[in-house]
Order: sequence, then C-alpha cells, then structure tokens
Amino acid sequence: MALDILFWLLATVSVGAALAVVLLRDVFRSALSLVLCFLVVAGIYITLSADFLAAVQVLIYVGGIAILIVLAIMFTRDIQRGSPANRLRIPAFIMAILCFGVISFALVNTPWQISTLSPTIPTTPALADKLLGKGGFILPVEIAAALLLAVLLGAIALMREK
Amino acid sequence: MIGFNYSLGLESYGRTLPPDWPGGFWWHWLVFTVIILAFVMTVLLGFVWFERRALGRMQARLGPNRVGPFGLLQPVADALKVLIKEDIVPSQADKIVHWLAPVVTLVPVLMIFAVVPFQDGALLVDLNIGLLYVVAVSAVPILGIFMAGWASNNKYTLIAAMRDVASVISYEIPVVLSLAGVVLIAGSLSLNQIVLTQNTPLILLQPLGFLIFFIGGLAEINRTPFDLLEADSELTAGFHTEYSGMKFALFYLAEYAEALALSALIATFFLSGWRGPFLPPWLWFLLKIVAMFFVIIWMRATLPRIRIDQLMALAWKFLFPLALLNIVVTAIEVLVWPEALPWGLIPVNIVVAGILVLFLSKKFTLGWGRIEV
Repeated sequence: MALDILFWLLATVSVGAALAVVLLRDVFRSALSLVLCFLVVAGIYITLSADFLAAVQVLIYVGGIAILIVLAIMFTRDIQRGSPANRLRIPAFIMAILCFGVISFALVNTPWQISTLSPTIPTTPALADKLLGKGGFILPVEIAAALLLAVLLGAIALMREK
Repeated sequence: MIGFNYSLGLESYGRTLPPDWPGGFWWHWLVFTVIILAFVMTVLLGFVWFERRALGRMQARLGPNRVGPFGLLQPVADALKVLIKEDIVPSQADKIVHWLAPVVTLVPVLMIFAVVPFQDGALLVDLNIGLLYVVAVSAVPILGIFMAGWASNNKYTLIAAMRDVASVISYEIPVVLSLAGVVLIAGSLSLNQIVLTQNTPLILLQPLGFLIFFIGGLAEINRTPFDLLEADSELTAGFHTEYSGMKFALFYLAEYAEALALSALIATFFLSGWRGPFLPPWLWFLLKIVAMFFVIIWMRATLPRIRIDQLMALAWKFLFPLALLNIVVTAIEVLVWPEALPWGLIPVNIVVAGILVLFLSKKFTLGWGRIEV
C-alpha cells in the first residue's frame, strides 16, 4: 500500500518534471527539471529494490550527464532568449505523438513476466557475479568499455590542433 | 608495528548495537537523524573556531579571542549575526533557482553522513552499496554551486561556477578509482563492513590510494590549494558573491560540512574508522576526524593557490594514471597473495607508491593550454 502511494507520487513528479523539460522556456530551468526527473527515476529504482542501479543512476546521470548538459548550456550563445519554437513545431508534435503512441502500445501489449521471487539482498555480490563472473555478461561489459574508449579517442582526435 | 591490538579491540566491542537500535524502524530513523544533525552542526561550529584559531597560530597572530573563553563562542556570534542580516536577491536574478541553490548544496553533504558508522552498527542505514552511495550523493552539490553561479546573473559567479565544474568533473575520476583499491581489499561496499575488515588501517596497505583520495577530495571540496573558485583577487568572492544573510551562511556551512565529510570518509576508509584501543569508539572516530581536518588547515596555511592549467594537468596527467596503476597493483596483490595481505604487503606497497610517485613526478609536464595527442 505504502509502496503504491510512493510509486504514484514518484511517477507523477517524474512525468511532471519531464514535461517541464520540454515546455519551459528557460533552458537552464529545463536542465534542472531534467535533474529532478533523473533523481525521481532513481527513487523508483529504490522502490523496486534495485539500490545499485539507483546509486549508479544518480552518479552517472545527475553527477555526469546533467552537469555536462548545464555546462553546454553555459557555452551556448543567445541563451537569454530561451528556446523559442521554430517552424517545424507541428511536424515535431505529430512525430512526438506517434512515438508516444508506439511506445504506449508496445508497453501495454507486451506480456510482462512478473517474478514471484523476493528480491536478492544484498544485491552487490549477485550483480558482480552476473557482470564479471563465469557465464555472465563479461563480454558485453568489455565491449562497452572498448566502445567508450573509441569514443574518447575520437573526441580527442576531433579536438586536436591541426 | 601499528595496528597491533586492533583485532583485540574488535573482540571487546562485538556488535554493541542491534541493527535497529533503539527498536523499531521509525525510532531508529528519528534518533539517528537527530544524532547526525546535532553531530554535524556542533562539529561544524567547532571546526570554524578551530580553523580560525589554528590559522591564527600558524600565521603568528591571535585569531578570534574576544567572545567567550578562548573565543569559543565566536561561531555562535557569527551565526547570530548572519541570521539577522538582510537577505538580498539581485533584481535580474533567477529567483527560484537563486533560492534553491544553497539547499541543493547543503542537503547532499548532510546525506553522506547517513552511511558513516560512528561505532559498530551505529549508523542511520548500513547500505550494502554504501561507498557507491557516498560517491553518487557527493556528486550533487556541484549542481547547487552551478545553480548559484548561474542564477546570480553575475559574470564572476558564473566563471567561478565553471571553474568548479571543471575541477570536480576532472577530480571525480581519480577519487572514485582510488576508492576501488579500498573495495578490492575490504571486499565490500558497506562502510561498516569496510571498517570491520580493517585490522590494519588501510592507509598502510593503500598509501597511494590515500594520497590520491586526499588530494582529489581537497580539489572536490575546493579547499586550498585548489580554491580557484573562491579566488577573491580574481573573482570578488566566487560563486556566492551575490548571496547574503542566511543563504550565504548555508554555503559557508556546506563548505565546512564537505570538509567534515572528507575527514570522516578518510577516517572510515583509510584510518580504520572508529576502531582503536582503550578509548570509546566514537571518541576515536572524532579524534581521527579532527586530525584529518588539522592537516587540511595546515595545508591551507602552507600552500599557495595553483593555476587552472596546473589544476587540470595534475588531475589528468598525474593522479589519473597513478589511480589506474594503483588498481592494477592492488588487484594483483589481492589475487596472488590473499593470505599475506596484512603484513608482507605494507612495505611493498609503500615502496611501490614511492617509486610510482617519483617516476610520474619526473614525467610530469604542463601542457601550457595546448592539447597534445
């Protein structure tokens, strides 16, 4: 019961914050709403007993990505005028509605498997086994690391003085 | 022979408190929240006094000595003065963000203390992801500083905020990587568990990790010699130029709370937390915190401020490779000699740390603003 109330509270706040990101005129405030949205999603993870994921969400999205977005906003010119809509307003709206419809349709029509097992406590050893242990996801983890390294090198190559 | 009677000490403590002391979830929550708030606020007032007196002593002057015995009531007087000052908001400021910024800066710092153990099991929540939680939560205050810098609508505050982001984003990486060594040896992310496994203080097994964590932590909390965002000769007062009254006091508190959090975390990760012979655990913990804070003050009185390019070069060219090497060395040691961990490895680690620091210091050059590939 308490979890239900918590879920609806968090869900409302997160949807509200997500809408604020798109609708607010002030770009900086949009970025801050995005941070609020990230934090609330981390809260939802906690109610689902995914504490590791919640901490990583805060660390990477709030501590890393949100800060980078804010930094990018500070480097943007003509920031005082806010984010006025351009002439592609109507097509963008249609595309957004279509996208929303497809995602909602997929979500509603997927037969979700709900596990009856109680969540693993503590989560960290099980996660470590899955990610790095035998028969786990060690290959995707390594590939992701290699991909990130390639991206870093690409960024440095782009930045290099000619 | 340091750490000789730590294991003896542990037996006598046992688990002194049941996990839900004093009974019931909500009582536990209430009691520990009050304890943490009272502890943090009291120690902060003490720190403000201690820093001003110690700085005065190191600079051959008296420091505050008029209010109360030895000037002990000076922080109280300052707090009262700041409380009754007028709260000024610039007319062109982003009012809501300007109002929110001090809160966003202070609250996450207070949240760190939720997982810091004061003695065995005496903590608000013993999270099994404790260390990750600390790292995640301590990444949020930058956002508050950023909000302050932006919302004030003042170019100096903005420059200060950008300097802060540059330093924090850079130093976050070596700090987190240096903690990986602690996790490898302790085998747990829970802070209580990390303290329990430290039969020898980890500063002996992880000298390099300690140095990286300490330097990176100083840079993250913007203490001297990394106080570029409060360089008053360049930026008036830094990101809080446009703040006055209680909001300024909140920033001031947040700064000291960060210093307290850094001292407490170093005590927990590297100095074996509340463990020690003879004295009660909380007193040991407090003594270690105050000792670490004294070192921070000492550095402030000794070192000059460094330039922004030196700041970035130190993070990326010196601390980052050192942190990576530290992880590799520690991982090999944990894998190859698990049983020899406490004693045989202390001299090895200290020598390895010394060699690595010397070698990288020889190699260390400043880029002078150019990007080299």
